[in-house]
Amino acid sequence: MTGAGNNIPFYEMFHIDGGNFTNAGSISSQVKKILMRAGFSHGVIRRTSIATFEAEMNVICYANRGNISLFITSDSLKIVVEDEGVGIPDVNLAMKEGYSTASEKIHELGFGAGMGLSNIKNHTDGMILTSKIGQGTHLEFVISLEGKDKEKVAPLFAARG
Amino acid sequence: MKLREIRDILDAELITGDANLDKEIKYVNAADLISDVLAYSTGPGALLITGIVHSQVIYAANTIELGAILFVRGKRPNEATLQLAVENHIPLLTTRYIMFETCGRLYQLGMRACIEKVKNDRGGK
Repeated sequence: MTGAGNNIPFYEMFHIDGGNFTNAGSISSQVKKILMRAGFSHGVIRRTSIATFEAEMNVICYANRGNISLFITSDSLKIVVEDEGVGIPDVNLAMKEGYSTASEKIHELGFGAGMGLSNIKNHTDGMILTSKIGQGTHLEFVISLEGKDKEKVAPLFAARG
Repeated sequence: MKLREIRDILDAELITGDANLDKEIKYVNAADLISDVLAYSTGPGALLITGIVHSQVIYAANTIELGAILFVRGKRPNEATLQLAVENHIPLLTTRYIMFETCGRLYQLGMRACIEKVKNDRGGK
């Protein structure tokens, strides 16, 4: 694993090509597999997978390229999404349910309902979204780990050595 | 309701080989937008009724752990999407009924939705 600090037991980065719908959804599937292998609870896996799926689709629909990083720390799962693209002119407006700037092509594929960002917000325990017009967007969200889910982190740390 | 009953009621065809037709389906969601599929899924094992046949619907299904997907209007996914469903153990069925008829027939026999209505006029859950 590269780029991981000592206090971060697990770190993995995935690359996304904007506009490439062929494997859209595959990264959230990979994230889900990692979390299932680690033994996290059903609820934590489900919430993380849904939010990651929406984030992945946002990069594919609206950006040129991007990276999704998964960090597993002692008390949370954190997903960081950084993309290069047009950016979001009005972040507050984009957060509103039902607001969308999706193209016809995106709608034809069943996306662009304007629910993506609010879906992420509703399924996570904290979310930060910032954007620079013409440069790109930075999104991160966390899912807190409690009780038995916390116990799943130590073995990951041990495995990392 | 068992998947087998759903297949028979809707004169549907199972298109993913040897899926378990005794699987119990408790709730249904019908949508043609992936975000709606994700937003209004309340738990694992639901049936999704949709006209979306591209691979993202399988990835979404995997994300929310759908019990099965039923394509309406006679739609069928391509081979790659079909394979993806098989790999992820998601049974796929197709019926020639349109979405309204499909939902109506299942509702009449007691099947219910994942959620009944949204909280506000912007689709809030």
